[in-house]
Amino acid sequence: MSLRIVVCVKYVPDATGDRHFAEDRTTDREAVDGLLSELDEYAVEQALQIKEANGGEAEITVLTMGGDDAKDALRKALSMGADKAVHVNDEALHGTDVLGTSLVLAKAVEHVGYDLVVCGMASTDGTMGVLPAILAERLGTPQVTLLSEVAVADGKVTGRRDGDAASEQLEASLPAVVSVTDQSGEARYPSFKGIMAAKKKPVEALELSDLGVDASAVGLEGSWTAVDGVTERPARTAGTIVKDEGEGGKQLAEYLAGQKFI
Amino acid sequence: MAEVLVLVDHVDGAVRKPTLELLTIARRIGEPVAVHLGAGADTAASTLGEYGATRVLAADAPEFGGYLVVPKVDALEQAVEAVGPVAVLVPSSAEGKEIAARLAVRLGSGLITDAVDLEAGDDGPVATQSAFAAAFTVKSRVTNGVPVITVKPNSAAPEAASAAGAVEPLEVSFGDAAKGTKVVSRTPRESTGRPELTEAAIVVSGGRGVNGAENFHVVESLADSLGAAVGASRAAVDAGWYPHTNQVGQTGKTVSPQLYIAAGISGAIQHRAGMQTSKTIVAINKDAEAPIFDLVDYGVVGDLFQVLPQLTEEVESRKG
Ligand SMILES: Cc1cc2nc3c(=O)[nH]c(=O)nc-3n(C[C@H](O)[C@H](O)[C@H](O)COP(=O)(O)OP(=O)(O)OC[C@H]3O[C@@H](n4cnc5c(N)ncnc54)[C@H](O)[C@@H]3O)c2cc1C
Ligand SMILES: Nc1ncnc2c1ncn2[C@@H]1O[C@H](COP(=O)(O)O)[C@@H](O)[C@H]1O
Repeated sequence: MSLRIVVCVKYVPDATGDRHFAEDRTTDREAVDGLLSELDEYAVEQALQIKEANGGEAEITVLTMGGDDAKDALRKALSMGADKAVHVNDEALHGTDVLGTSLVLAKAVEHVGYDLVVCGMASTDGTMGVLPAILAERLGTPQVTLLSEVAVADGKVTGRRDGDAASEQLEASLPAVVSVTDQSGEARYPSFKGIMAAKKKPVEALELSDLGVDASAVGLEGSWTAVDGVTERPARTAGTIVKDEGEGGKQLAEYLAGQKFI
Repeated sequence: MAEVLVLVDHVDGAVRKPTLELLTIARRIGEPVAVHLGAGADTAASTLGEYGATRVLAADAPEFGGYLVVPKVDALEQAVEAVGPVAVLVPSSAEGKEIAARLAVRLGSGLITDAVDLEAGDDGPVATQSAFAAAFTVKSRVTNGVPVITVKPNSAAPEAASAAGAVEPLEVSFGDAAKGTKVVSRTPRESTGRPELTEAAIVVSGGRGVNGAENFHVVESLADSLGAAVGASRAAVDAGWYPHTNQVGQTGKTVSPQLYIAAGISGAIQHRAGMQTSKTIVAINKDAEAPIFDLVDYGVVGDLFQVLPQLTEEVESRKG
């Protein structure tokens, strides 16, 4: 039986760019170049490996919710080897919080049809790391999250979750939602062939009305949190820099003693 | 007085420090009521009471250890129903955030994660968060439902404030989803005897410049002389030189110690995300152009294999 895998990927502002907030205190997604969140590349990679381990008997759909530019994230995932893409794009989505995003993605995942949903561990802009758990809650499927190792066989997903206190071996029946960490294995680079093939792969565009989601449940208005203030952290004042001429360790000790650390 | 629920992070009743911070913060908003899930509530209760918990709602069941996340969501949801709190505070661990997130959906509540501070406000608690690798500070609040807020370690100094800490059993019934994800086996981490990375007053981290697992002892020796925790950059972790649990940065731990010492670390944005809010920052790097020097209070341009041992020796001799 062919496995239906949906990978949730986010288009995010480049972390090495000058990330900031727009006037309405939402993440400015216009002024800074974006890309497929690096942490979601790991999700695409694991989906591809699961498909390979399943003898190619799987169909991978990459799903994003985002503005026009977010199609770049889908293209990248398609060029890595995903089969098709779904892009939820609607004016009303500007400023949606994680609860709204999860509502939309849950509807979209159901629209596509799924046995397995694969997410990244966190988006590199919002860095909440909770969407996969919420998605599982909404879909009513097991959550098998923050895995550094994952495998799917015989209708079951298994994986290893490395926590602070312990490392856990987990198991759940499909359908399930998983998320994978950046310890799960380097993501592949798209090949030239992959990039060419991606151009011909289908991208389905959806609006909220296609998913039966009411606009009042999303966007800034529908958000259940409000940002009252945003301040830029003051730049750190320039420190003292010395060149080690043989006494660097001692000079540093002198400084630390002056600061009462030793 | 209004009550605030605090989910306790503990190991068999040994309460972890971030929970004491949460109890301290909760008192700014109302009376803290602790929720203790798993074994050891009676042991935990005296500590929880000492830090201001008026009541300790306790439940133990095999489901908490045997299945991932959901049983604890069920329990916390039922604690919310029983208490009717003005806010729910949860430690910002990976598990804590997932519990909080699912709870928020069930309660129809707004969710705030990774708060680094929390104050009472006219329209409910106001959280402070760091954004974009700590380049920004954001103030936010929940506008719908009972606020569910996860709070990072080191967000407040724990202050004792004696309260009853009376243990009350919490009746929990588990829903269909509770047994969805089975924990087949669990291997506890071995303790290194060093302070917890996220709780330490001083952190000494090594990066690619340490150049091998066999060299990490220069970082460890300095850390031990200072009573510090040891951190590592992702490059050092990916190379297999140091465990991932010690990684500092976006996909590792966020630390905010009094003193952070970076040795052989360039200072990439993802590393800065995890250490930028440290009070004092010191770096040792042989490249004078390394971006880490933009952050430092004191920097030494030099070879860490010269500088660190000399510093360690100096620290030891000053200790006398
Ligand atoms: C999505 C994502 C998440 C990431 N998350 C993290 C994270 O959580 N934490 C993290 O750290 N990184 C993270 N990274 C990686 C990050 O971008 C950098 O690659 C990484 O921090 C580099 O580690 P480094 O500074 O040790 O290595 P390098 O950048 O290679 O720097 C090594 C430094 O050591 C110096 N050096 C070499 N030899 C010596 C010597 N003998 N004495 C003194 N100095 C010496 C060099 O001059 C250089 O500056 C992430 C990246 C991505 C894309
Ligand atoms: N707008 C989005 N579109 C698609 N997937 C998303 C979106 N936002 C978050 N995700 C997925 O959820 C994961 C965790 O996101 P977060 O909880 O926002 O940190 C990401 O790694 C993605 O897999």
